[in-house]
Amino acid sequence: MSKKLESSFKNMLIVLTTISLVSALALGSVYKLTKEPIELAKKEKQENAIKEVLPEYTRLGEADTIYLEGLALPFVVYLAYNEEDLVGAAVQSHSNKGFSGEIKVMVGFDVDGNIVNYAVLEQMETPGLGTKMVDWFKTDKGKQNILGMDGGSDRLKVTKDGGEVDAITAATISSRAFLESIRLAYAAYNDNYDGMSGATSVSVEENAVDEVSISSEESLDQEQNNIAPESQEVAIVASDKE
Amino acid sequence: MAENSNFKTLLNGIIKENPVFVLLLGMCPTLGTTSSAINGLGMGLATTFVLVAANVVISLLKNLIPDKVRIPSFIVVVATFVTLVEMVMQAYVPALYESLGLFIPLIVVNCIVLGRAEAFAAKNTVFKSFLDGLGMGLGFSLALTILGTVRELLGTGKVFSLTIFSEHYGMLIFVLAPGAFIALAYLIAVFNRLKTE
Repeated sequence: MSKKLESSFKNMLIVLTTISLVSALALGSVYKLTKEPIELAKKEKQENAIKEVLPEYTRLGEADTIYLEGLALPFVVYLAYNEEDLVGAAVQSHSNKGFSGEIKVMVGFDVDGNIVNYAVLEQMETPGLGTKMVDWFKTDKGKQNILGMDGGSDRLKVTKDGGEVDAITAATISSRAFLESIRLAYAAYNDNYDGMSGATSVSVEENAVDEVSISSEESLDQEQNNIAPESQEVAIVASDKE
Repeated sequence: MAENSNFKTLLNGIIKENPVFVLLLGMCPTLGTTSSAINGLGMGLATTFVLVAANVVISLLKNLIPDKVRIPSFIVVVATFVTLVEMVMQAYVPALYESLGLFIPLIVVNCIVLGRAEAFAAKNTVFKSFLDGLGMGLGFSLALTILGTVRELLGTGKVFSLTIFSEHYGMLIFVLAPGAFIALAYLIAVFNRLKTE
């Protein structure tokens, strides 16, 4: 066996630098190689989600980025057309009130603002509890199903909060967050729809603004990332019935 | 005789020094990712790749790395491979990448990887280090898959997403963190019993 290199300053410097450089090179080249597939995979997922949540359409409008008052992250609205008629919109929405981390959903609305379908894009809820949201709110059982409901309706809350939707058993926090993301999606959709056609009535617009302010009041201390520690505390206190 | 000892090195990680059941190393990903069998398997295989690659490279470099900087050097090598795995997974198996999430970058600080680099690869030949990494990795994957299967079955009545019995009868606690501890404890007990026989 050959002898180990001595731990002199020069040797250490050379070895560590070389190792780091080689690593950087390897990482850089693999990053370049995988960049495209990663983006493709994300895009494909996005497109599949849009297709899933919308009624039949022939053409998809440009993606519109909407910022709602009081929320830092944008909502993305895709308007869908059948020939020239607007048939609905898919809205990428989110909520950070979930039990663990952000929930991202794609929600489809028809022209009247009724929920056509939804797809959960990202969530880190507890497996076996909060994760059930993926199809809980599509299942026709009790008052679980939200498909077909008006996106702006007050009923779109869990029964505990005075709404008319059954929360996921033992996962009320996740359910609340999910329904919030749906309500926010509707608000974003309304915003966008007004901008596009200018035809919707004022009351609808007010409704949309109300929606946002209600939801931000509701949460007060758990709304934004900057107060995240408190929201965690709340989550921990309520952890037994997530 | 030589072949025999190579085989022993490989088996060492799987049974005699199983990282999860015997060494109790890498408990964080063990408890965190095994809520379902497929997650456990995916995590195990990702770790196996990192273990094998890191063991081989470190064993190749062992005489070039001065003793005083060996830990940072090892960490850089390990971190590089973990990031590679992360990017490749994200590109080609996005679904698995999403369900493992944070635990992939955490392989860097998995004690098994650094532990094997320090305890084995830095002292043995390249081929032996390769076998050791493979054995340890397979042992880890095996343990995680078994634990994941047990938890998924008891918690949701499914195995690899195939329904065995109705979810209605599942014991939710096994999917949650406490269930991981309980299931792991029983598995270790069973494993020790089998090993002593």
